[in-house]
Amino acid sequence: MTVKLILRDKEYEVKPGMTLLDSLKKINVLSESVIATRAGEMILDDEILRDGDVVKLIAVISGGKA
Amino acid sequence: MKCKKCGSKASVNMRQHRLALCKEHYLEWVPEQTARFIKKYEMFTHYEKILVAVSGGKDSLGLWDILVRLGYQVDGLYLGLGIDEGVNYSHESQRLAQKFADENNLKLHVVDIEREYGQPIPVLAEKSHRGYGKPCAVCGLAKRHEMNRIARDLGYDVLATGHNLDDEAAVLFGNTLSWASEFLLRQGPVLPSSDGLARKVKPLCRFYEREMTAYCLLRGIEYIYEECPFAEGSQSIYYKELLNQLETARPGAKLTFYLRFLEARKTGELFIEKNVEYAHLHPCPKCGQPTSTDDLCSFCRMIAKVNSESVS
Repeated sequence: MTVKLILRDKEYEVKPGMTLLDSLKKINVLSESVIATRAGEMILDDEILRDGDVVKLIAVISGGKA
Repeated sequence: MKCKKCGSKASVNMRQHRLALCKEHYLEWVPEQTARFIKKYEMFTHYEKILVAVSGGKDSLGLWDILVRLGYQVDGLYLGLGIDEGVNYSHESQRLAQKFADENNLKLHVVDIEREYGQPIPVLAEKSHRGYGKPCAVCGLAKRHEMNRIARDLGYDVLATGHNLDDEAAVLFGNTLSWASEFLLRQGPVLPSSDGLARKVKPLCRFYEREMTAYCLLRGIEYIYEECPFAEGSQSIYYKELLNQLETARPGAKLTFYLRFLEARKTGELFIEKNVEYAHLHPCPKCGQPTSTDDLCSFCRMIAKVNSESVS
């Protein structure tokens, strides 16, 4: 019974039934610094994560500019 | 969460604006807002030729896409920096910039630093002994020099970069920490043109980095996701992380920080511009671009130094 969160090469597992925001807090990732997608669709902080969900976290911070 | 415009499921929530939008309405909102900022800050008109600096990243490709959608005359400039570091970074970023240009039938100018100046950025940095072991200072110097040279030589009216609000807030934060008044006075959405210097504009300066990522994802724009290998541990990324902690606790803090600064700068509340003496600029005897030094500009001095060391 888990939800998997993937950020770059790291994988985290949290319990189902929590919101995305609470799940991010659990793994110490700022909601402001990532965009979450599930099955290719963007999801928001209030989304309840279900058993078996795989959430890909896309980091938004970048360094140098053109 | 529901889209404020149509009530369907929202894809993007912008807490600082108390605005959630679905994909369709978000992809309309971003160009509308960009057009508003271009007008507000008097960046350019539809009659002017724009050169957008593209790195293959989300901000610059997103900007190019938005300006094309808004009907501007805009071409791209890609600078090949020669950064490999085992991940083919420059090669991959050029591939993505070219892919975007080809798919949208757009003109992309490509300038390769090694071909132009004999060495890629990491070697220029090493040989010029600038930047305390990191090539970022040399990279920034070379980009500013080359972007201006190409814009000027090819007759563009304005040079646009993809700096977003997080970039601007991080720079502002760094300059405020050290009260670098000269830099603070120069920071803004528009750097007007002057002798030999093209006008520089930042049409995305009021969008959060997160919003530009969302824009590219929803538009299906493929961009280079991996960080520049030299950016890891950089000061700008550290400042962005700090500001995001603040933003999480106080939505809108980053935007307020930047906008209040612009207001204060404009009204002279923070600094009295007449007390600041701008250095007189002379043309560099080698490249002709303006410089405050008496002889060669910083870039040409660096190249000369590298070349003299290569010979000896």
